[in-house]
Amino acid sequence: MNKKNIRNPEKIVDLISIEKSFDKIRAVNNVSLGIKEGEFFSLLGPSGCGKTTLLRIIAGFEKPENGDVFINGKNVNSVEPNNRPTNMVFQNYAIFPHLNVSENVGYGLRNTNLNKDEIAQKIEEALNLVGLEGYHKRASSALSGGQRQRVALARALILKPRVLLLDEPLSALDKNLREQMQFELRQLQKSVGITFVLVTHDQTEALTMSDRVGVMFNGKVDQVASPEEIYNKPQTKRVASFIGNMNFFETQYLEKNSKTISVCHKDLGNIKLLKSNIFGVDKSKLTIGIRPENFKINNKNGKKQSKSFNAKVVEKSFMGDTMLYGINLGENDHHTYRISISDIKNSPSPHIGEEISVFFQEDDIVAYFEE
Amino acid sequence: MKKSNKIFKVIVIFFLVFLYAPALLLPIFSFNNSKVISFPLSGFSTIWFEELLYENTLHNALFNSLLIAISSTILATILGTLVARASTRYIFYGKKISITFILVPLILPEIILGVCLLTVLIQLGLDLNLWSVVLGHTLLITPFSTLIMVSAFNNLDISLEEASLDLGMSSFQTFRIIILPMVSPGLISSLLIGFVISLDEFIIAFFLTGVEPTLPVYIWSQFRFPAKLPSTMALGTILLIVSLILVSLFEYFRRRMELYNYYSVGLDQK
Repeated sequence: MNKKNIRNPEKIVDLISIEKSFDKIRAVNNVSLGIKEGEFFSLLGPSGCGKTTLLRIIAGFEKPENGDVFINGKNVNSVEPNNRPTNMVFQNYAIFPHLNVSENVGYGLRNTNLNKDEIAQKIEEALNLVGLEGYHKRASSALSGGQRQRVALARALILKPRVLLLDEPLSALDKNLREQMQFELRQLQKSVGITFVLVTHDQTEALTMSDRVGVMFNGKVDQVASPEEIYNKPQTKRVASFIGNMNFFETQYLEKNSKTISVCHKDLGNIKLLKSNIFGVDKSKLTIGIRPENFKINNKNGKKQSKSFNAKVVEKSFMGDTMLYGINLGENDHHTYRISISDIKNSPSPHIGEEISVFFQEDDIVAYFEE
Repeated sequence: MKKSNKIFKVIVIFFLVFLYAPALLLPIFSFNNSKVISFPLSGFSTIWFEELLYENTLHNALFNSLLIAISSTILATILGTLVARASTRYIFYGKKISITFILVPLILPEIILGVCLLTVLIQLGLDLNLWSVVLGHTLLITPFSTLIMVSAFNNLDISLEEASLDLGMSSFQTFRIIILPMVSPGLISSLLIGFVISLDEFIIAFFLTGVEPTLPVYIWSQFRFPAKLPSTMALGTILLIVSLILVSLFEYFRRRMELYNYYSVGLDQK
């Protein structure tokens, strides 16, 4: 075999420079992405970012105009969906309405050489796996949303695919069931050991379930990393603002050392940034980002921390486990920044209109070069 | 409010009487023991139905009509299915205009259609026989089949086909196990409505039939003989009942198709 057809075997799915357009709109723009064997990988992004298209390219339902798709080390560009070692759980589950639960779950076994008893046993196992014991003869029209999802899962897993593709599988479920299914999906993935690729627009879902997350915008993958790294060190400004909340401040560039860059902000003062926390191509302007929970409020009479600044409380809302504040920095600055205090009992509780002093750690700051 | 309700009720009743009273005359007079079609009725009899059993020309006409109805319905349903599949799954140049042209016979007066077809067939030097009527009826029924099958395929969620392919089935297996059963209510609807349309179609059949009459053409020819009128009414009664059964079946399958759609979309998105 030639070199082009064999890739890194550690990567069960390997996408090389994938491009796909619909009516001249670039849905997937030069994406290269490797998914490791046995991991729970999520593609996260706003709707229309191309994440579902990318999933469908892996499944074989869409053909990329450029680029190569490798699954299990083999180039599958010209392989049809029915011959790929992938199975998919569709967003609307695509349960065959004229077949009952057993017929749906066992559908993929029709083309195998298994006899009736073996098929029945496999269906039994698959139903047990997803917690639907005894549902064999149930009509698919008599299933609830959560049960439909389980049937779709069992139907896809019964063929023991190398990769299971899940297209927003939880978006149709109500909140409680969704949280329960997040947990169950994660457990299921660990127990069967199959690589899961999940597409979602829900950041909580992606962060809580995945080993690694790929964040997509406008057909491009901005960052691929562990959930912790995505949250704590978002590599682009749009990842930073899409995942969680982030306060941005525009700063002036002062000087550069071997490990740090110093910048100045009119209200926050001089700040030393770790180079490892700075992303983008070197430009004169740096925008720094601080998460709401990385701010703390100074006690009124206590000693002020080194990195402190003054602000005025303009909003206050109690969220149960946290207290959220909106603050303005100067008289003329009407931008509202957010502070989130989790240790409500041991923190000062300023009221709206009060002047407060806020501090932060320089290590927690991420920064992006901008034009 | 109540008063206007009453007015509507009267209108509806009047409308129903106007629509169905003439049709009710058929069974009444076909069981009447008299050669004259007039009130008062003279007595109950099944003699006119018995007479039908011995009309050889009628039997031939019935056979012709059934042959034409079955052939043209099957042809039109195949064509309509292909058109519907193409229009719901594929994007191609000139799609809208070609679909519009396929639907034109719906609004074209049948007499125009009949004259045009007759001219074309004669110009081509073809003989007029049962198959020319099949041709005309296929043209007439195809728009109905197309509309029914487009709705059947629209109801068919594309992810069901994708799921089947994804689970390892070939396109043909997917067609056989998933698509065909799911559009079958549409297919049956199309066959039933096509059969009914062809069976009682007169104008095109009259133009194209040549020497072998269809049932409606035969009935029309019987009006020249007043003595045959009661047995013609008996025949009409039978046709009325058959048509009613077929249209009811059509409606039943049409509703089942909608039900399928409701289930395949899923309970969460209803």
